[in-house]
Amino acid sequence: MSAAPLLSVEDLHVEFSTHGGTVQAVRGVNFAVDAGRTLAIVGESGCGKSVSVQSVMGLIPIPPGRISAGSARLRGVEILGNNLIDGRDVRGAEIGMIFQDPMTSLNPTMTIGAQIAEPLRVHRGYGAGRAREEAIRLLDSCRIPEARKRAGQYPFEFSGGMLQRAMIAMAISCKPALLIADEPTTALDVTIQSQILDLMRELQGETGMAIILITHDLGVVARMADEVAVMYAGKIVEHGSVDDIFYRSAHPYTCGLRSAMPVNDRSRHAELKPIEGRPPDLFAPPPGCGYAPRCPHAMQLCGREHPPEFAIGPGRTRPDPAHYSRCWLHHELNRQRPPELHFRE
Amino acid sequence: MNSPQRANAPLVEAEQLSKYFDLGGGQRVHAVEDVSLAVAPREIVGLVGESGSGKSTFGKTLLGLYPKSAGRVRYRGEALPGRYSPADFRRLAKKMQMIFQDPYASLNPRMTVGEIIGEGLRLHTDLPKPEINRRVAAWLDRVGLTGDHGSRYPHEFSGGQRQRIGIARALILEPEFVVCDEPVSALDVSVQAQVVNLLGELKESLGLTLLFIAHDLSMVRHVSDRMAVMYLGSLVEIGAADAVYFEPKHPYTELLVGSNPEPDPKAERARGAVEAQGEIPSPVNIPPGCRFAGRCPKVMDICRQSTPELTPLRDANRLVACHLYA
Repeated sequence: MSAAPLLSVEDLHVEFSTHGGTVQAVRGVNFAVDAGRTLAIVGESGCGKSVSVQSVMGLIPIPPGRISAGSARLRGVEILGNNLIDGRDVRGAEIGMIFQDPMTSLNPTMTIGAQIAEPLRVHRGYGAGRAREEAIRLLDSCRIPEARKRAGQYPFEFSGGMLQRAMIAMAISCKPALLIADEPTTALDVTIQSQILDLMRELQGETGMAIILITHDLGVVARMADEVAVMYAGKIVEHGSVDDIFYRSAHPYTCGLRSAMPVNDRSRHAELKPIEGRPPDLFAPPPGCGYAPRCPHAMQLCGREHPPEFAIGPGRTRPDPAHYSRCWLHHELNRQRPPELHFRE
Repeated sequence: MNSPQRANAPLVEAEQLSKYFDLGGGQRVHAVEDVSLAVAPREIVGLVGESGSGKSTFGKTLLGLYPKSAGRVRYRGEALPGRYSPADFRRLAKKMQMIFQDPYASLNPRMTVGEIIGEGLRLHTDLPKPEINRRVAAWLDRVGLTGDHGSRYPHEFSGGQRQRIGIARALILEPEFVVCDEPVSALDVSVQAQVVNLLGELKESLGLTLLFIAHDLSMVRHVSDRMAVMYLGSLVEIGAADAVYFEPKHPYTELLVGSNPEPDPKAERARGAVEAQGEIPSPVNIPPGCRFAGRCPKVMDICRQSTPELTPLRDANRLVACHLYA
């Protein structure tokens, strides 16, 4: 048994009360991330990926939200409902966060420099002058040209890519152990996306921080992730190293996502295979596997009982932290593995 | 005007098409400048570029949704007016249509889906109401919706379903040429494939000609016969989609392809850092010379003085606007 991971989330359940009933947005999610590593949580709109990390960050409005079960431990200390470890703030100081839309996440009436200085003054007790100098240094380290001049400007004077750099500067200002990035490049052009992803990796190399990257883009996952959790209908359906997920995909949903995307391979011009149907209604989640109604391999059992985590791979040992899939096809009594689920090296 | 129809004559042709927006005070946005592009019948031309490169403005100017600032558009050899009269719109709406990016903003929330899809027939044809209703029902079925969906409102539909409604709305007039402006960008991956395949089937069965505007290079390469690359209002490269993607010639195309993340970890680990930095500059009062010169890692002195022309390479179907190939 290795040392405890930096952040470990166990059996997280989150629900929201609405006029139409209770939405079970996250239904028992486990993940962990170590220092210096990047975990990508991937899935489509409404699968619960953002809600999972927002719960960890305490950003879920309660009510209507409710964390009905589960725990999140930072270096072994419970942080759900608790924002202090040894007198240090967790959010903002130990964990930094950046969002999809930097324009709406920044205050339009404050200069960029003042917004980056704010966490330093709040969490570190810096004086105004020192915080301002540190903000300029941070902007510079996030490769913003003319950092001193830019620090005195307002968000509307920045382009989308520059705003995201400023957001990153703010998120890393207190040297967090973990950076949570929720679709950080979805609103950006591919060229700017590349620059931002490169910047995140460089900063990770310098500081050794862990990154949790939330995205729907498998290309971004392939570029950034060490480990990947694939979410569907409020659950992690497959988890493994980035190579496990891409070259040894084990869950039909992961395979479905991959064959729904164009492949840039000259030798074959494969047709896109869409996943027919829609995700289940999480007001009344199905008793069995959430993917069963859309799954080409669904068996009778799949609609009735929810599959546990089956270890994948040669050892077929305990799932944690290796490759697992929540799919009955991987039960040891199932001998009929469908052809496209054979491992591709 | 009455030129004989040649088999390989372009269906739609832009000739040095420009679109400027005046900001007042002598300031002018050069959104599209001198773009020449011919689209053959039944061809799919993909148009890529960063936001602000003028892709959508080009598509809308091509259809006459914006009046042209300079240049002309030919449709089956006929030069179309620079600014459409209502009669021009009535005539051309049956020939050319557009599918919009945002399935949430492009459908009128106060009209039923049946009214939205049938509106083109009501405005542009003399068909009796029962016939319009019959065709609307047929098109609902054709795009994968059911008849009773016609009496509902747009907010009751998911993004993918709304894009199907947008497709039915555009195609019910049986146009020949359709501009698809980022038709799948707002959709989830699994739904993107549904909509792209639907477009492909309809293209085949109706013999459509498409201009497919998108920023997702992988999707454009998958969909298109030819790929055109725009930067800051100018066309910088055009050629067969695979050739442009796998052997980019223009440094800007190299930058785009080099930044496009592949869903393949081994390829991503082998990828080097992207050389070109910086961002697309403002299209207001552009300096002379190549528009990409400020970001280009291969910039030469001549690039800042003269604007490179789009010229054919050895392969005559491949055109590149770059002094490296002059």
